[in-house]
Amino acid sequence: MISYRVGIVLTLAFTTFAQDHSGQYPQTDVTAGARVYAALCIGCHGPNGAGVGGIDLRQGPLPRASTDAALTTVLSTGIAGTGMPAFRLDPSDARALVAFIRSGFDSNATAVPQGDSGRGRIIFEGKGACLTCHRVDTRGRGVGPDLTEVGRGRSAIAIQRSLVDPTGSMIPINRPVRAVTRDGRAINGRRVNEDTYTVQIITDAGALVSLVKADLRQWSVSKTSPMPSYKDTLTPTELIDLVAYVASLKGTGQ
Amino acid sequence: MIAILVFLTALVGQITPERLIRAADEPRNWLTYSGTYSGQRYSTLAQIDRSNVKSLELKWLLQNQVAGPWESVPLVVDGIMYLTQRPNDVVALDAKTGRIFWIYKYPGATDYKVCCGANNRGLAMLGNTLFMGTLDAHLVAIDARTGRPLWNVAVAEFARGYSVTLAPLAVKDKVIVGVGGGEYGIRGFIAAYDAANGKEVWRFNTIPAPGEPGSDTWSGDAWKNGGGSLWVTGTYDPALNLTYWGVGNPGPDFNPAQRPGDNLYTDSVVALNADSGKLQWHFQFTPNDRYDWDSTQVPVLVDTTWKGVPAKLLMLANRNGFFYVLDRASGKFLFGKPFIKVNWASGLDTNGRPIQTPQPPGSATWPGQQGGTSWYSPSYSPRTGLFYIPTWEEVSGVFTSQPAQYQPGQLYWGGNFRTTRPAPDAPTAPNIRRGPINNWTDEPSHGAVVALDPHTGERKWTFPMYDLTDAGILTTASDLVFTGGREGYFQALDARSGELLWKASLGSAQIMMGPITYEVEGKQYVSVICGNVMATFGLRE
Repeated sequence: MISYRVGIVLTLAFTTFAQDHSGQYPQTDVTAGARVYAALCIGCHGPNGAGVGGIDLRQGPLPRASTDAALTTVLSTGIAGTGMPAFRLDPSDARALVAFIRSGFDSNATAVPQGDSGRGRIIFEGKGACLTCHRVDTRGRGVGPDLTEVGRGRSAIAIQRSLVDPTGSMIPINRPVRAVTRDGRAINGRRVNEDTYTVQIITDAGALVSLVKADLRQWSVSKTSPMPSYKDTLTPTELIDLVAYVASLKGTGQ
Repeated sequence: MIAILVFLTALVGQITPERLIRAADEPRNWLTYSGTYSGQRYSTLAQIDRSNVKSLELKWLLQNQVAGPWESVPLVVDGIMYLTQRPNDVVALDAKTGRIFWIYKYPGATDYKVCCGANNRGLAMLGNTLFMGTLDAHLVAIDARTGRPLWNVAVAEFARGYSVTLAPLAVKDKVIVGVGGGEYGIRGFIAAYDAANGKEVWRFNTIPAPGEPGSDTWSGDAWKNGGGSLWVTGTYDPALNLTYWGVGNPGPDFNPAQRPGDNLYTDSVVALNADSGKLQWHFQFTPNDRYDWDSTQVPVLVDTTWKGVPAKLLMLANRNGFFYVLDRASGKFLFGKPFIKVNWASGLDTNGRPIQTPQPPGSATWPGQQGGTSWYSPSYSPRTGLFYIPTWEEVSGVFTSQPAQYQPGQLYWGGNFRTTRPAPDAPTAPNIRRGPINNWTDEPSHGAVVALDPHTGERKWTFPMYDLTDAGILTTASDLVFTGGREGYFQALDARSGELLWKASLGSAQIMMGPITYEVEGKQYVSVICGNVMATFGLRE
């Protein structure tokens, strides 16, 4: 019976954790907005909203459109000096498009009960020991990805997935890497950028290192995350609270 | 009388039709989009070679004042470079120093409809006149000496999604263009204009109307918005007097059920009589396409032996992942083979028609929507006999269809696609602008230069890149391959082995055009555009 109830809670958490703003917009607007998006926006911004490099419409941040009013203005005026043109939308289409973008492109998104981010912070800094590897503002270590603004870039459902299945949901750029230089020096760390000829790493000791691949004796990328899964170490309520806290991390000044 | 004089000037000016036909004989210049009519992007210049390529140094930079990907290929004519920049500017500059003579800014409409950015891929030149297609679907003639417009004609109605983004092709006394807009439910066409006055001479509709040959490959009214755009410059065989053009996808892109039939002449190469525009033959690569696989790749014309017999061939590495060899006089299919992983077709039949194997809904299709290669130019070297392709390796996607309703000037996709990703929320490569940090990695796909033996379809060598590439390829008679990629490296490879011989880092911005080479005062240069900068290299002095 207990396991049954746990199962229900986890399923809810998995299927209905949605993005910020979700539930604030009528479903009819979100659905209509999807059609407007497909007609006007998809060519440049792509089906996932990330077609223009550096801009992720689905997950943000959108500095010029931090409010719905600002987003509506951008749609009607465009952004000078960029490829973003001005659109002549009737008000209902504009409202629908804003709803679609703000709901994270998820026309099935519905309002969900949110965890308690205050309780989540206590888990984050205590039982979860997240600061052992991650950094938030000035707290913690930077060996794992910096989480100061993680709530801007990743949805709550994505954060939930990461906590339960860190390896399966690891963003590839964050993979742990190991390099051995020609003179036998071993460097272990997390990859932060890479190209055909070079790779940039933050080492386990916290140093920024740039390596030329041709100078390496050995180079390997691990697909196993060093982060533990919290699936069995946190209760479902603790997990939801932790997700709520991590999702609330949107940088200083927020 | 004045009209006659103007006409004569156009023909007897700096660039005569004869010079364009014999462009390969004056490698100091780059006279057409692909350098010569053959589309080979092969130069006989050999001053820069394998022994000295390491001493290439930067000679000059041109800083663009306009943001956005820069896909233009410049022309170089007797020491002067002509280049387009967004949205529809033409710049004339000294090819030796990069200093500017004049800039022409086209004063066209700004509410044009383009799916993929305000792109312009270059110019044509005939006589003393430059020709540019515009985003608002006009064709403009510009005096190459003054930068002043001579005439301007509407090619199509931009409000309905038509545009001209390709570099025109000048043939004899005509200028040939095609229209973009394959994502807007256009009905595509290729048209030739009198170079002297802009009068339309002929038009070939890439989507036949009811009763016209090929119309039986359409049902109902689907042809009216059937797509078939043109957005990469074709090629020309003066001896056969045929001009070859790769045609874009059918509309709506992802919903083939809405347009039953093969949908000619989408995803085809068409061979047209250059004087009349009459269709000589066609070959369709992807009938009833559901993947957005435009066949706008450059049809490369190659004269070589085929199975021991001298042959006039057309080679094309298609977005659908197959490499094709056709007889370019008859259009007969000679050979085809995948050059990357494909699962949308199990092979080609004896006529070159794909045996299609659509994947179940929700399953991945190889290649994905961006295809195994696309509009970025390949190259063929007659010295090595190899065909060089910029590829996207192992790229796949999941396609979905849904009904599309045509509304003038609005996107007409009929479905969607998503790129396969290594983790549920992993970023995928941006398709418009690349940031300085690669957080999508090489896991979903990566770029490469592939050297293919066109007789067997086998890879002779592969030069892998970590990120993707939209850079064209240049080969030279000194067996060098020049190309770029999305990481901003400009690279010289050994054309026979693929070995990296030299590279320059031009910053984390995309190279989205084909490099060119030319010569001024006896010195060879190579030019490439990366991000918002054109860089020109020459040997250290």
